[in-house]
Amino acid sequence: MLIPCPWCGDREDVEFKYGGAAQITYPQDPDTIDDATWARYIFFRPNPKGRMAERWVHSAGCRRWFTLIRDTVTHEITPSADPGGQ
Amino acid sequence: MSRLPGGGRIDRARPVRFTFNGTSYRGFAGDTLASALLANDVRVVGTSLTYARPRGIFSAGIEEPNAVVQIGQEPMLRATQVELVDGLDAIGLSGKGRVSAEPDTGHFDKVYAHCEVLVVGGGRAGLTAALAAGQSGDRVLLVDEQAELGGRLLSAGWDDWLSATISQLGSMPDVRLFTRSTAFGFYDQNLVLIAQRIADGGRLWQVRARQVVLATGAHERPLIFSNNDRPGVMLAGAARTYINRYGVAPGTRAVIFTNNDSTQAVPADLVRAGISVEAVVDVRAGEAIVDTRASSASPSGGGQGGGALHSVVIAPRTGDGPHREVECDLLCVSGGFNPAVHLFSQAQGRLRYDDGLACFVPDGSIPGVDVVGAASGDLGGRGQGAIMPYWVISGNGTDWSTHFVDLERDVTVADVRRATGAGMRSVEHVKRFTTIGTGSDQGKTAGINESAIVATQLGQPVGAVGVTTFRPPYVPVSFALMAGRNQGSLFDPIRTTSIHPWHVARGAVFENVGQWKRPWYYPRHDEDMDAAVLRECHAARENVAVMDASTLGKVEIKGPDALEFLNRMYTNAFDTLKVGFCRYGLMCKADGMVFDDGVVMHLGDDRWLATTTTGGAAAVLDWMEEWLQTEWPELRVHLTSVTDHWADVAVVGPRSREVVRTLFPQLALDPESFPFMAIREGETGGIPVRLHRITFSGELAYELWTPSWYGLALWEAVIAAGEPLGITPYGTQTMHVLRAEKGYIICGQETDGTVTPQDLGMGWIVSKKKAFVGQRSHRRSDTARSDRKQLVGLLPVDGDQLLPEGAQLVLQADRSSGVTMIGHVTSSYRSAALGRSFALAMVRSGRERFGSTIYAPLNGHVVAAVVTEPIFYDKENARRDS
Amino acid sequence: MIAEATRRSALAEYAERFSALYETVGGSLSIRELPFLAQVNLRVDASDAGVMRRLSDSLGLALPLTPNTTSVEEDRRALWLGPNEWLIVCPADQAGSLDQALRNGLAGAFSSIVDVSANRTVLEIRGVRARDLLAHGVPIDLDRRSFGANRCAQTLLAKAQVIIERKGDEPAFHVYVRSSFASYVADWLLDAAGTL
Repeated sequence: MLIPCPWCGDREDVEFKYGGAAQITYPQDPDTIDDATWARYIFFRPNPKGRMAERWVHSAGCRRWFTLIRDTVTHEITPSADPGGQ
Repeated sequence: MSRLPGGGRIDRARPVRFTFNGTSYRGFAGDTLASALLANDVRVVGTSLTYARPRGIFSAGIEEPNAVVQIGQEPMLRATQVELVDGLDAIGLSGKGRVSAEPDTGHFDKVYAHCEVLVVGGGRAGLTAALAAGQSGDRVLLVDEQAELGGRLLSAGWDDWLSATISQLGSMPDVRLFTRSTAFGFYDQNLVLIAQRIADGGRLWQVRARQVVLATGAHERPLIFSNNDRPGVMLAGAARTYINRYGVAPGTRAVIFTNNDSTQAVPADLVRAGISVEAVVDVRAGEAIVDTRASSASPSGGGQGGGALHSVVIAPRTGDGPHREVECDLLCVSGGFNPAVHLFSQAQGRLRYDDGLACFVPDGSIPGVDVVGAASGDLGGRGQGAIMPYWVISGNGTDWSTHFVDLERDVTVADVRRATGAGMRSVEHVKRFTTIGTGSDQGKTAGINESAIVATQLGQPVGAVGVTTFRPPYVPVSFALMAGRNQGSLFDPIRTTSIHPWHVARGAVFENVGQWKRPWYYPRHDEDMDAAVLRECHAARENVAVMDASTLGKVEIKGPDALEFLNRMYTNAFDTLKVGFCRYGLMCKADGMVFDDGVVMHLGDDRWLATTTTGGAAAVLDWMEEWLQTEWPELRVHLTSVTDHWADVAVVGPRSREVVRTLFPQLALDPESFPFMAIREGETGGIPVRLHRITFSGELAYELWTPSWYGLALWEAVIAAGEPLGITPYGTQTMHVLRAEKGYIICGQETDGTVTPQDLGMGWIVSKKKAFVGQRSHRRSDTARSDRKQLVGLLPVDGDQLLPEGAQLVLQADRSSGVTMIGHVTSSYRSAALGRSFALAMVRSGRERFGSTIYAPLNGHVVAAVVTEPIFYDKENARRDS
Repeated sequence: MIAEATRRSALAEYAERFSALYETVGGSLSIRELPFLAQVNLRVDASDAGVMRRLSDSLGLALPLTPNTTSVEEDRRALWLGPNEWLIVCPADQAGSLDQALRNGLAGAFSSIVDVSANRTVLEIRGVRARDLLAHGVPIDLDRRSFGANRCAQTLLAKAQVIIERKGDEPAFHVYVRSSFASYVADWLLDAAGTL
């Protein structure tokens, strides 16, 4: 599978590491939320059949983390509007 | 001999000797094993998998289900694909082979290739596509599975067009033509894997193409009737190939059995080869072959055993009416053609059943892929013309048990009927029940017939039943080819330090730590491991010893917010760490579990360096970058890996100061001037060195860092300076014993991703004043339980007993009433300093059990051990701070 | 001054095998180590035009801003490693002046200058078969059309992370490999070269 690094372009997937679901927001103030809410942030991740926002790092390349949208059925990848990273 | 006096593409000037089943034969260069066997009148090549029926050569190509042979170590080769070479020694198989237990001695490698256009298939359509693409100046790669380009044209008198086209392609600098190269897998974004056969091995091409042209042709399929598997029954196109391409008459008297126009050219070829045409049976004309009979004796002219075709029984296809028997030794069968849509289907292309063509063809297109020629359903080249689908010919009162659907797997129509009779409706289920299509030929001549028979049984259209999924690989691929050169010493990177040559010369025994080779211990003379480690430990505790610690991960952390970043990443705080000093740090994942540890060094105002565990270096850097880039982009911090830049020589033991003083006479080394956890810069013999008073043994120790160019020189200087004291090099085993005696953990040994700092008794390193990754999780009810597994020490009651690492621990020695597992041993060693064995363990509510005895039930006996604090040596740290 | 004899490059042991290879492949391929180059890992925010201009003046070299490209000025080269990261390379005897030029150019700016000279060694792979050899282990397209003069890339060679740089417009590449992986990569290349 080719993965489009926002900086280096299409590269083979062996150059990347998968970082799980993207767009998981770190709780604003962890100290004030209850265990269940915190556990939801730590342990619960989406697992859709279809389009999913994923985080990848171009670990053998430019070492930048970025977000992309991958269809878990077809492997079709579309760039994220906000790939993130510096 | 059935070799024709002339014709064919074989090189009659180059005779070739070969052996089949122990008998010597002759053929010519350009023959396949199959054509040479036919030329020598060998009709029976093997026996079938289940029923041991004699089988002959059925096809002339990759789809061959019958003629499988073993050559040397390699089983299940198709005789129709094996090129004849001098000295070839083949053995016919009974439908299955045995994988050799010996290592493959061939040479295999893998190559990446990139092109604008990849053409799969070197027949007319493929060559035409390559020519067009080549004229545009694009990089074109054309691959074909055969030894010669041309495909069907090689059997059809297109020699002039072929040679002109190939020479034109050859003149194009950016066009590459690969023969003996089978595209067997089509993956995401036009990655096509190609197995190339080369002398004494193979090459796996991993091709990325902007455009893939599939010109994979079509496979002729048989008609199914009773006893349709006898040697002498052959696909009609294959018979033409043997005559026209190889100059071989595959029989003497032939019958043709067809349902389409493609066989119209067969009689002329047969006659030219001196084969009489005894009958042409065309289901469209109302007749069919309903059965065949075998010769009982060996066919004249050689060959092994009977069972080959002797005659066919012809009847009206309705089954009613007179039967007649026609003698023949060759039956040319054509049931139409199946476009070779395997790769298209692997590329997620959809298929549809075309009623007019009676086959599955590509349905619509996929971006970046073109399907051309016969593969696209254009069967004009094959001359299929008008076809009358006729999938199974019934015989008189037949039980269907000799109507073979899959010749390699020996599956009959009776098996398919059993499957549908048992209620199966999906071809996938029928495939798995009957094993149709699961042979090494992957059912190339069987799959569509299976669908049609299932459809007939269910009373549904073939298109509604569909075909089984085509998956890679299209042809069998050897493990050796997939491995390439990733075997033996090149299987995985072997990482070595700059000091490695010294360790090798000194006879170190090495241990794999991740990808690193680290000295495990340095045996002297005939010392065993236990003796060597006790000696090395003793040297470090009582004298001076030296270890190569270069493998530690190292990350430079720089920027005005570096301190804030460290405070967030580590459980402990670094606000009070002055420039020129180090501090141990512990890192958790967001779930609060210990992830890694190391030493953080404060090198300058906004400049820090963190070490990681040897195995954790890459993961820690990725982890730090993830937080920095995705959660805290506002922090002004830069991270740079410097793991390989630095060599690290650890000089350890009560007399280490003397060695360091010899090397750095200009430095003040007394404990006040250079205290524990301080950093100094120095130079010895032209080698720049950064000195750290860090210890992982609990002894007075110095870690001497130098750029790795100087690593070996620094090591040798340390050895030389320490020689008068008897300095002892030590390896990772001694390092483990020393640190365990002090109760220092190793991430990944005491921890396994389920252990908190508090579980380790390291609450002292968890700050309550600042926020850090994982902090909130330490307050989760499950994480805060008091009955979690906790780090303890264990002293076996019998100090000679060594607990195995990983041993489960229980409360009772007596197992009769059942046992409750309360933990496991994480580290276990013999200690020179303690004069006995000891261990570290994770034990439920362990800190409440100090002083009590627990048990490790082992294979046949039980070891009792007393639970202790996880520290065994110099609790006051007097030695460390000396 | 530091005595030359105390330094040892990561591939010092391979010199003979590299020259033997040159003979066996009839000169179509040469591999040699370029030891002891001065290398600095530089991090700075490229969007600060003022800093970039000052740095370029001080360095005598403009940092390449296009991903996976290099800029070269006499003996100094800058390789793009990331949107705010470069590898600056020069001969060992200019290490001091390079460091000074960087510090002068970046004074006061949020940046990092890290000496990584001994972190990687450099292999020069040259000759008409150079690309064929690298194609055995490098997944990216090194053809001149997509990887011509002034191109570089961080990628994999077999299972080792490397930086590959096209040497000018020549059939030659510089392969930067981490010191601990150097002997693996050298063994791997020599083995692969045997199949050319």
